[in-house]
Formats: sequence, C-alpha cells, structure tokens
Amino acid sequence: MTSIQSTARKRSTPTRPGDRIFRGTSIAAALTILATLAGVALFLTIEGIPGVLASPDEVKHGTTFIDYVVPLVFGTLLAAVLALALAIPVAIGVALYISHYAPRRLASTLGYIIDLLAAVPSVVYGVWGISFLATALVPVYSWLERTLGFIPLFAGPPSATGRTILTASIVLAVMVLPVITALCREIFLQTPRLHEEAALALGATRWEMARLAIFPYARSGIISASMLGLGRALGETMAVAMVLSASGVITFNLISSTNPSTIAANIALTFNEATGLTVNALIASGLVLFLITFLVNFAARAIVERRKDFSGAN
Amino acid sequence: MTSTLQPTSPPTPSPEIAKSLRGRSLPTWAPKAIGALSVALALVGVFGPVGFWLVFVAWLVAAIVPLWSMFVEGRRKATDRFVTLLVTTAFVIALFPLGSILTTVVTRGAPVLSSDFFTYSMRNVLGEGGGIYHALMGTLLITAAAAAISVPIGLFTAIYLIEYGEGKRLARWIRFLVDVMTGIPSIVAGLFAYALFVIFFGPGVRMGVGGAVALSVLMIPVVVRSCEEMLKLVPNELREASYALGVPKWRTIVKVVLPTALAGIVTGVTLAVARVIGETAPLLIIAGLTDSVNFNLFDGRMATLPVFTYFSIITPGVPPGPSIERAWGAALVLLIIVMLLNFAARLVSYFFSPKGER
Amino acid sequence: MAKSIDVSDLNIYYGDFLAVEGVTIPVAARSVTAFIGPSGCGKSTFLRSLNRMHEVIRGARVDGKVLVDGQDLYADDMDPVNVRRMIGMVFQRPNPFPTMSIAENVLAGQKLNSKRMKKSEADDIVERSLRSAGLWNEVKDRLDRPGSGLSGGQQQRLCIARAIATQPEILLMDEPCSALDPISTSVIEDLIHELKKDYTIVIVTHNMQQAARVSDTTAFFNLAGVGQPGRLVEHGPTEKMFSNPEDPATEAYIQGRFG
Repeated sequence: MTSIQSTARKRSTPTRPGDRIFRGTSIAAALTILATLAGVALFLTIEGIPGVLASPDEVKHGTTFIDYVVPLVFGTLLAAVLALALAIPVAIGVALYISHYAPRRLASTLGYIIDLLAAVPSVVYGVWGISFLATALVPVYSWLERTLGFIPLFAGPPSATGRTILTASIVLAVMVLPVITALCREIFLQTPRLHEEAALALGATRWEMARLAIFPYARSGIISASMLGLGRALGETMAVAMVLSASGVITFNLISSTNPSTIAANIALTFNEATGLTVNALIASGLVLFLITFLVNFAARAIVERRKDFSGAN
Repeated sequence: MTSTLQPTSPPTPSPEIAKSLRGRSLPTWAPKAIGALSVALALVGVFGPVGFWLVFVAWLVAAIVPLWSMFVEGRRKATDRFVTLLVTTAFVIALFPLGSILTTVVTRGAPVLSSDFFTYSMRNVLGEGGGIYHALMGTLLITAAAAAISVPIGLFTAIYLIEYGEGKRLARWIRFLVDVMTGIPSIVAGLFAYALFVIFFGPGVRMGVGGAVALSVLMIPVVVRSCEEMLKLVPNELREASYALGVPKWRTIVKVVLPTALAGIVTGVTLAVARVIGETAPLLIIAGLTDSVNFNLFDGRMATLPVFTYFSIITPGVPPGPSIERAWGAALVLLIIVMLLNFAARLVSYFFSPKGER
Repeated sequence: MAKSIDVSDLNIYYGDFLAVEGVTIPVAARSVTAFIGPSGCGKSTFLRSLNRMHEVIRGARVDGKVLVDGQDLYADDMDPVNVRRMIGMVFQRPNPFPTMSIAENVLAGQKLNSKRMKKSEADDIVERSLRSAGLWNEVKDRLDRPGSGLSGGQQQRLCIARAIATQPEILLMDEPCSALDPISTSVIEDLIHELKKDYTIVIVTHNMQQAARVSDTTAFFNLAGVGQPGRLVEHGPTEKMFSNPEDPATEAYIQGRFG
C-alpha cells in the first residue's frame, strides 16, 4: 500500500515553494515536541547520574541515593493515594450530579464552577492550606486521635499546626477533583441514551438506572480519569511543599507532626540551598518522579485507548 | 391495542390499577420543603453567627427525606432518594474549598492592595511597605516569552497533526508524546530547564528565559491539544471549496482554516496562558527570586508573582506580619489575573466564533 | 473560454481499491453533461477526478488520461492547483466561507491567492459574477454581510458565483441541488441553462427529471456488482438516453425499477 502511494506521490508533480516551506515548518514543530521530551529524559539523566553515584559524604543529606529517595517515593505515593481516596468518591458524585441530577439549564454553569477549581494557581492553594485549612483541621485531628486513636493511621500525637500529610492530601484532593470530575462528566454524558431509557423503561429508579446503564459503560473511563488525577497528585509540588511540615520519615501516621516528604516538595524546598552533587541528587529524584508519573499516565492512556477500541464498534 | 377492539370498556381505569400505579409516595412538597430548610440552615451555618456545626445539622435534616421515604415508599425509592442526597452532598462539598479559597484570599488580600503595592518593588524594603511591581513584571515577561515559544510550536504541531499527518505513523507518535508531555510534573519541567541551562552557563544558573523554557514545556501540550480540537472542527467542505478555487494547500490553511478556527485558538491559548501563569515550582528552580526589578530575561534572577508569594509566606522574616500580608496581596493579584484570563477566554469563544455554521 | 474534455480509459483508486474502472467519455464544449446512476457507483469520484480534487483524499490516485483541449491534466508537469483554477467546482452542500462577507466570498478565488487588483476591478467581478449567478438583485444591498447568513439556495448560488468569478473553462457540479428545496432547485436549473452559453458544465445528479431537464448529454454509471468498481455503462444525447437507451440496466434505472 505504501509503495503504491509513494509512486503516486512521486508522480504528483511540482510542489510549490510555499507549500514546501509550510509543510516543513509544521513537521519541524512536531519534531520539536519529540526533541523536547527526549531532551527532558536526556538532560535529567545526564545531570542526575552523578547524584545517584555520589557517596554519602559528598552530599548534604549524607546517605546513598537509594536511602535518600525511598522515603520520598513513599511519601509521594502516600500523599497521592490518600488524595485520590478522598477525591474519587466526591468527583464521581459531582460528575453524576452535573450530568444527571442537576437541572439541565444549570448543568454547564455548575461544570464551569467546578472547572474554576482547576484554574486556582497551586501557590494559592498552598497559601490557603497553610494558613486556613491547617489551622481549621487542628481540632479535627485531636478529635480523630481521641476517638480513632486505636487505628495506627490516627495514632497521633496530633500536630499542633495541622501541617500533616493528611492536610496535604486534602489540598491535593481538592486540586485533582476538577480533573477527575471533568473527565467523568464527559464520560457520563456519553452514556448511550438508549441504555438509559432501556433501564428506565424497565421501571428502574434513577439510581438503579445509574447502576445499570451508566457505571458499567463508564467504568474504564472512571479508572483512567483517576489515573490521570493520580498523575497530577504525584507531581504537584507547591501545595505540598507549603502545607506539609516534613521530616523525611516513613510512617503511616497521618496526623502527627513528623511526616514523610514528597519528591516534588523536597526538590522545591531544598533546591535553592543545594550545591554541588546535592543538586544532581535532587535532579535524579526528579527523574524518578518523571518515570513514576510517566508510568501512571501511560497506564491511563492505555486504558483510554482500549476503551476506544471497544466503543468503536457502535 | 386490545382496548381499541373493545370500545365498550369504561374510560375510567379500574381502582386497583389506579392504586397500584400511584403507589404510596411522599407528598410532593415534602422533599422540596425539607431541602429548602436544609439549605437555609447550611447557609446560616456558613455565613451566620451560630457556627459551622449547623451545616451538619442541615445535612441531618436533609437526611430525613430518604428516612421518611423508607417507611412510606419502600426500600428502592428510599435508596434512590438517599443517593440523590449523597450526590448533591458531593457537589456541595466540592463548592466548599472554592468558596473558602475565594473568601479567604479576597478578605485577607484586598486590604493590602494599593497603588504603592503595584508600583513598588521590594528593593531595600525591610518590614512594612514595598510591593509586587518587580514580581508582576517578571511574571508578565516570563509568561509572554513562554507564550512566544509555545504558540508557534503548538500551533504548527496541531497543523501538522490535522492537515498533514492524517494516518501517518509520525502523527500517531506525536499525539502520544503530547499526551505524555501533558503529564510532566511542573517541577520536572523546571529541573529540565535547569539541567539544560547548566550545560551552557554552569552550575547555579538563574535566568528568566529558563523559566520561559520550563513553562513552555508545560504550555506546548495544552496549546497543541486545544488547537488540534479547533482545527478538527473546521468543516472539510471549506478546505475543499478553497482547493477547488485553485488555492494551494498552505494558503488554504493560512487564509481559510486558521481564520475559521481563530476564536477557538485564541480561547485555547488564553486558557493555556492562564494555566502556566500561576506555575510556581519551575520558576522557583530556574528563575529564582530577587528584590529588584529585572527586565532582562537573559540576565540573572527574576522575581515572579507565584515565587514571591511563596517566599513571602514561607520565609517571612522578622516581624513576619507585613511579609505575610504581602503574600496574601500577591496571591489575590495572581488569582484575579488567572480568573480574568479564564473569563476573557470565555468571552472570546462566546463572541467571536463564526456564526451561522452548521 | 469553455473547453472540451476527453477522458480515456481512466481508472480511479483509493489506495488499493479500484473505485472506478475504465471510463472513456468525451464532453463537448458549451454543453451540459449529466452523470446519473445509483449511489456509490463512482459518479462523484469521477467528477472529482476531472479537476484533480480527487487526490485531496489520502491514498487516492488515478491512471489514464483526462485531456482538456488536448492537454493531459495528469501529465507529470501539471500542477493540480493550476488545474483547479481552470476548472471550477460547486459542491453538494453550499459551503461559503463563514469568515468572509458575500463580496469576499465571490472574490475568494482571487483573494486567497493574494491577487492584487483595483477596487473598481474587484467590484466589477463581484457584480458580474453575482449577476451571472442570478443573485445580484437579492444581495446587492448587503455585500458586506456574512455569506453564511443567506438561505440555502442563495448560498448555493453564491458558491456558483464564487466558482465562476475566477473565469474557469469548465464548471463541475456535484449534486448542487440535493440540499435545496424545489424552488431553489428550479432557480439553479434555470441558471445552468444560462451558464451553458459560456461554460462547459458537468453535473452529477440523483434526480432523473433534473438530468432530463438540464442536460444535453447523459452518462449512466453503474456498479458491476457488490465490491466491484463502478463503470460507465453508456452515454449519449439525453433525449435518446431517456427514450431509447441501449443497455437494459439504463432503462431499468431511468424507469425507477432499481437504484
């Protein structure tokens, strides 16, 4: 097939200089994207490797790179997973509310209001988290410790500032909420009208219709939306850097004053004072973060692609 | 069908059927009234003097509806009503942070805003006074530079994907890579810019243009995506009409396709700018912070609003008060800029889309 | 103006798929030729190959010859862009440019190619083209309004004005009335009669009466079978084709027994 086309192309005649230049520019722009991504991977690797290989006494943190990065990876994953656990149920509820429960005329406005949450700069989230939310949560945390203290998650002692990993996760949850909501909303709206009407015609209530028609159709979409949200949460820097009072430990205690840090927040907090190989180690940790988010996003896209194949039939 | 064959059957349905169709249900006013009561209670709880706990009371009041329904209408309907309550609750929960952020930032930031705040930099300022002039200029310059890099690359990439790449393997790859790029954490973009500039300028480099490069990494995929969507919307018939008039492809793109998609493209670019103008992490790494005005993207540190906000609140100095106030002021200005950009994007797409298209 | 077309042994492909096979047909200058036939038999594909619009679709190609006044359109040194300037086209659905006014739409062929001209010259072209398209009286007061604000029939006549503004030799029409109401249709049919004086017109139509009304020559296309390429069954003077066709399939189609 390609051979046939290429012979046809060869035959097809004098291209105009304008066309050639324009087409060349377009391809060059597209290739720039390829080059940029290759550049990200390449430069981070080049600058990161010395940091990975550095011996403990050459860097500020005084440990090998593995010992340095593992607690950070733990903190990154913990904060992101917590954020998702908080955000997904709310996001699905909000999406369902906008797509199927809210009055039709209001739906797009309500969607826009939720989208505004995505527009708020992360540093503003940080300012809000550190000075409003953290303080507001202090009494909640002491209550959690008193009543649910037997669960290791809430063992305490509760932080006096409220700047815990749970607070950071709540801020993250708010930040990824609009991302997940927007995608879920789209998917819910795409539910074939016929399926919905079929369910209603069987005498289903609205909730039964959602369970029969919407959720089975939207399941993979919800999963991939959540993965994209996870990608966002993993990479979010400022809100965590500002809200969390981190000490680089590995603990599941969510409300105490000693919290694990995240890769991104750790880079933001220490980069400006870092020198020499410490910088390289930070860049290497950035590479680790890049790889993690890449994997998560890749998985999310793969699910979306597979879903496309399925829905392509109708 | 059968009823039409029996014209003699009485027009009124039998009482048993009527009863089974109506079922036992809550009076129609009940859910509305209870809902209204609950909303009123919640509003008093949020804005009134009583206390936040009233919001929980409001929720419990709303929960009466499914509970009552349980006894009157049976389990299925009660579940349905309960889910309605949950879904609505989710939406209200989502509104709380937005409302809270807007009110705190506005109430604490607004008193700070003054003409001095916008026209003074932080040079030689200790304690009170000073302003965000240097940071505002830095933000505008770096974002403009980022847009100057991203828009041509993003637009031409979208043109490639839609106009030239159809069905080609390279186009599929580029689409995939744009998706990957969308997922790059902002701090990684900053590290990339740093790692790139270190090679040319040595360790510890800080430069405004580096910030622009980092922001471009975040901005390009957004621009490509929105431009691609918009170019896709241009009906193929217009391209054909143009070709049939003997117009070369590139002129067709420049003079027919792009003008038709212009409103959408401007909207997309504005939203992309709004997205990156609030980015902090990459600028923290590569642009740094300074107290003075710096108009030169290629010479040393450059203050930006987000980074200024961050440092003002994290390292406020002694006494901390004035610095934290400035942080709120800067946060408010940043929020206003972002909201204005979002609003402008809406307006453009609303007013300048070509009318009368199918 | 107005040239004849000579097609000999033309095959049209989409990738590997042979869509139209072995068409040989002469088209006389200053005449109207109608292509009729069931859907999917390759009439439109063939029409589009007459001004090389066909190759806009990826993977599409042809072999064979299309001679316009003795010049092969598919010769190696032919520029498809120039071919299309010489051979105008009107599409199934009216497609005025939504970003342009009525006058700009008429001048689109010149404007899009950045041809410089004087204001008076441009006004002349606009008026002449709109008059030829029978639209002048309806739009002369609102030449600067968007073209997409017109009715469907007016839009289609605007597209015809746009096509003839570049003074092509030949005008191709791909079911120009299929999206229009009967009144607009009859206006356009009258217009075709008028335009015949200056242009060679080739029109694809699904409407048998229309073919009978407007054309001098009719060509009947048909599919040899499912998955087979479309081919030209027969062609001849319209009167003869409608009264006494040679091929039984033509007769069956014209009398509405299939297709």
